[in-house]
Amino acid sequence: MTLAEIRGTKEPKKREEAPAAAVHHAPGEQVHPGPLEYVQIGAALAIVTGMEVGIYYLDIVRWLLISVLLVLSTIKFSLVVLWFMHLKFDNRLFTWFFVGGLALATILFVVVLSSLRAGLV
Amino acid sequence: MDHAAAAEHTLETSTGLDNRKLLMWLFLASECLFFGSLIAAFLLYRGTAQDTILQTRDQLITQGLTLEQAKRESGPLLSEVLDIPFTSISAFQLLMSSVTMVLALAAIQRDDRRGARIWLLATALLGIAFISGQAFEFTEFHQHGLSLSVNLFGTTFFVLTGFHGAHVSVGVLILLSLVVMSLRGKLTQANSLTVELAGLYWHFVDIVWIAIFTLVYLIQP
Repeated sequence: MTLAEIRGTKEPKKREEAPAAAVHHAPGEQVHPGPLEYVQIGAALAIVTGMEVGIYYLDIVRWLLISVLLVLSTIKFSLVVLWFMHLKFDNRLFTWFFVGGLALATILFVVVLSSLRAGLV
Repeated sequence: MDHAAAAEHTLETSTGLDNRKLLMWLFLASECLFFGSLIAAFLLYRGTAQDTILQTRDQLITQGLTLEQAKRESGPLLSEVLDIPFTSISAFQLLMSSVTMVLALAAIQRDDRRGARIWLLATALLGIAFISGQAFEFTEFHQHGLSLSVNLFGTTFFVLTGFHGAHVSVGVLILLSLVVMSLRGKLTQANSLTVELAGLYWHFVDIVWIAIFTLVYLIQP
């Protein structure tokens, strides 16, 4: 509530008063993509998943296999988070929250595995 | 919507952002730690558990048991139970459910209520298909001798994938409740944020599976 509203010089705004045609966009947010873009991202995700499974059956050096799989997985992860969860378009504060949690999880992950001498292989 | 209209509808919060959305992102950040811990525990015990299984088998075979009996007693190795083609289809289903989810959001944001309902239902059905696949997979594993208590690999595997399955189940319930809301005419463009929040949760469940699929299924010791 603003100072003007507390003084009674301005009517408080209510969420319900928003017109039916309006989709709320908070400050620092861009308009979300349309259905076509979502379908294109979906197709990209399907292709990357196919590549992951295909690479799994290839007889290649282990470190290369793991590296490629991790890169492909990161691409899928990023596509979903940036486009479907709209972090690319929404307010930066949401990104900071999520990246903060993800960073803590990654630190925990690395510390646990390295201190107990475990790994991906 | 132009800038003036956008400014008019800015929420009266200290951040200018909707608190519900902020809370959802904080919740998802905490969930990162939750699943990060479970995946780390799985990777930590997977290797040692595999070594223990092989040693147990050797001991049992020297005691006179057949290989099949020894496998039953020691529990299976990871490579003996995982069915990559089957799990790939499950992973694909969950990925596509993310597409239908975001299409449901796009539909409700342009006030296409019927379209939103159809996409929400499609998302819920894909989620149910994923859970059914997981139930089938768990049953197969159990028949191969892998259970929650047979060894640390079984424990960490079932806890990790089981918690993920529980999250998917909660997501399906949320989606079905949104479908019911839509059927009652209570899901409109004005409350599209409800669909967006459900979508954030659903996509998070999807990205967790992206990580599990690679780290647990595709990268094997």
